[in-house]
Amino acid sequence: MARRLWRRVADHWVLAAAALVLGYLLLPVVVVAGLSVNRPSSRLSYDFHEATLDNWRDPCAAPGMCAALLRSVQIGFLATAISTVLGTLLAFALVRYRFRGRTALNLLVLAPMATPEVVLGTSLLALLVAAGVPQGFWTVVIAHVMFCVSFVVVTVRARLSGMDRRLEEAALDLYASEWQAFCRVTLPMALPGIVAAALLSFSLSFDDFVVTNFTSGTTVTFPMYVWGANQRGIPPQVNVVGTAMFAVALLLMAAVRLRGRRARQPAPPSRGDAGAASERPVSAEVG
Amino acid sequence: MSGTYRRLLPYLLVLPGGLWLVVFFLLPAVQLVATSLYDPAGSLADGYAMTWAFGNYPDAIRAYWAHFGRSFGYAGLATALALLLGYPLAYVIALRAGRWQHLLLVCVVAPMFTSFLVRTLAWKAILADTGPVVGLLREVHLLAPDGRLLASPVAVVTSLTYGYLPFMVLPIYASLQRLDRRLLEAARDLNARPAQVFWTVTLPLSRPGVVAGTLLTVIPASGDYISAELLGTPRDYMIGNVIDAAFLVRLDYPQGAALSVLLLLVILVLTIGYLRRGAEEVG
Repeated sequence: MARRLWRRVADHWVLAAAALVLGYLLLPVVVVAGLSVNRPSSRLSYDFHEATLDNWRDPCAAPGMCAALLRSVQIGFLATAISTVLGTLLAFALVRYRFRGRTALNLLVLAPMATPEVVLGTSLLALLVAAGVPQGFWTVVIAHVMFCVSFVVVTVRARLSGMDRRLEEAALDLYASEWQAFCRVTLPMALPGIVAAALLSFSLSFDDFVVTNFTSGTTVTFPMYVWGANQRGIPPQVNVVGTAMFAVALLLMAAVRLRGRRARQPAPPSRGDAGAASERPVSAEVG
Repeated sequence: MSGTYRRLLPYLLVLPGGLWLVVFFLLPAVQLVATSLYDPAGSLADGYAMTWAFGNYPDAIRAYWAHFGRSFGYAGLATALALLLGYPLAYVIALRAGRWQHLLLVCVVAPMFTSFLVRTLAWKAILADTGPVVGLLREVHLLAPDGRLLASPVAVVTSLTYGYLPFMVLPIYASLQRLDRRLLEAARDLNARPAQVFWTVTLPLSRPGVVAGTLLTVIPASGDYISAELLGTPRDYMIGNVIDAAFLVRLDYPQGAALSVLLLLVILVLTIGYLRRGAEEVG
């Protein structure tokens, strides 16, 4: 009896602790949402004063913020596109092939993730200055690709190493060419991992401050704008962007989840390729 | 497809990404070490001479050892707190959440999409002198009537812990999720008390997650300078603040580079020591 009671207490203690920690994680997001509908009492104050929807109606009222936001989106898309391609190729090579220098390459891929961002940023700045390259939009893209590639490799590799290679072998046995097997079997199966890697890259690039700070020269991204605004007083519109990003992330995750759920259900027979098959009674095969 | 092509294929796949990492990660690291040995008498405008000035290192340590100490003190404390807070959450998500598992994971990951800087600034509002937290602490006399949380180490560590908590939760969750639940059942069947099950079975089996989480928290936290800048005062500045100022304000590249290399070396030594100790205890 006593043991059962103790077990209940222990159970609830763990649940309560977890709930509190979850609250700690979500509290700032709630505060950001609250501040996004706030009209501050003065330019420098960051306290809740008066509710208003003005910030949402005109987020670009904060001078310079929307230009910075646009630049961050551009950099994010470029860095994501390049790092997803480079990282996916690397992941395929590392999972599928044994070649000379594989161990060294593995280390090279992991090293940027184990390096503090200040070190990454200052190293690049030291090189750019030594080589006489002016810092700006493109040096930020280059820097973002550099740290995103590692995360793409790790994400895509996890997906690839969990894949059943017999499916590809089956395709080859059924007279698919290697290219056909790759496009029709391998790539679709790897795609969820590649999409996840691309999303991760975009969020890393969009949110990066430290590396950007050392490589951007006078180019202002959204995080750089927030950093600069901290000295002058933060416009409440910054919180509109934060809240909107949170909402977009939730929607994307919900969409991925729904798609995943649908993919796991048996697909209805499609008309094109299964036309002949669906003439026959299929219950016996499917059942 | 010809044999040569097949043999070259992995190298072709590796070439663009590998080259990118060599040129924009490895080469800059070498240049950073070179910069740290430049003549400190030079300037950015006139150029630096390479004089193998190893003296930059002791000079940098003498000037900023307190910032190094503070960085690793704050980062260590934040990591310990993140482990203490993150483990129960990861445990509940992995083993107790049932059909809520996915939703809880989203709650851990989604805040990371709200800009890190914007979230850090939210702590400024939460810990404000007129805010509810300070009010409550003053009420129960944990804080003097004129005491504050903002512009103090408490605010910096709170924000560091908060910022890197997901990196602690996710690896621990992953290792708990993978663990064979039949082992827990077996321990219970053999009359182990819940606490015994936890300390002798669950915790040791989640060790890889704890190790990964600790490293993923302590490494970025020790280099972080956003928290100290936004929520602290110059008295709370960490080594990242000093490096940032050396490169972007004082334009003292050799010293900034020396501090950067030192930070990386300390982290490398700590990481290797930590991993080796972990391996010894397990083996």
